Amino acid sequence: MPMAGADIEALIVAGIPGAVVEMTDLAGDGDHWAAKVTSPAFAGVPRVRQHQMVYDALGGRMGGVLHALQLTTACPK
Amino acid sequence: MTTETHTDPTQARIADAVKAHDVLLFMKGTPLFPQCGFSSKAVAILEHLGVEYGSIDVLQDPAVRAGVKQFSNWPTVPQLYIKGEFVGGSDIMMEMFEEGELLELLHSKGVPTSA
Repeated sequence: MPMAGADIEALIVAGIPGAVVEMTDLAGDGDHWAAKVTSPAFAGVPRVRQHQMVYDALGGRMGGVLHALQLTTACPK
Repeated sequence: MTTETHTDPTQARIADAVKAHDVLLFMKGTPLFPQCGFSSKAVAILEHLGVEYGSIDVLQDPAVRAGVKQFSNWPTVPQLYIKGEFVGGSDIMMEMFEEGELLELLHSKGVPTSA
């Protein structure tokens, strides 16, 4: 079963303080997602570490049940 | 953590491969025949930059496929290493490429490119 976009968003929001998440269904199949995550918690954090924070929030689902998540992270301007 | 001594043979093998190449891409398939859209994107970026790179097809080696995720603390493939440093996956590569940061990083590490 692919993960619902709302579930992905909820996990990220729960794991990263102040995160705002924009989900896009890339293929229209509910299985290939793009997430844009904006959070003040990313300030001064290298990009690799920002993505690792999102993967941590997803609790090991990335690369497993969550096959394809195109990820963009940003700090609010 | 490429400076650690690895007792696990797969981790040691990955560490050796990372050391042996200035630029190394762990990917699914080969640069000529990528087997996944994300790997294909990573290859396209490196080709566009005109940088020499090595590649390891994780689909040919289940131990490396699992091991590299642990090695980099990164859940997916592709994964890019430059001069022994983990750079990220295809999304980070694309962001850095678009910002010109990838070229900058390569040059700052003394890796020649034709771009």
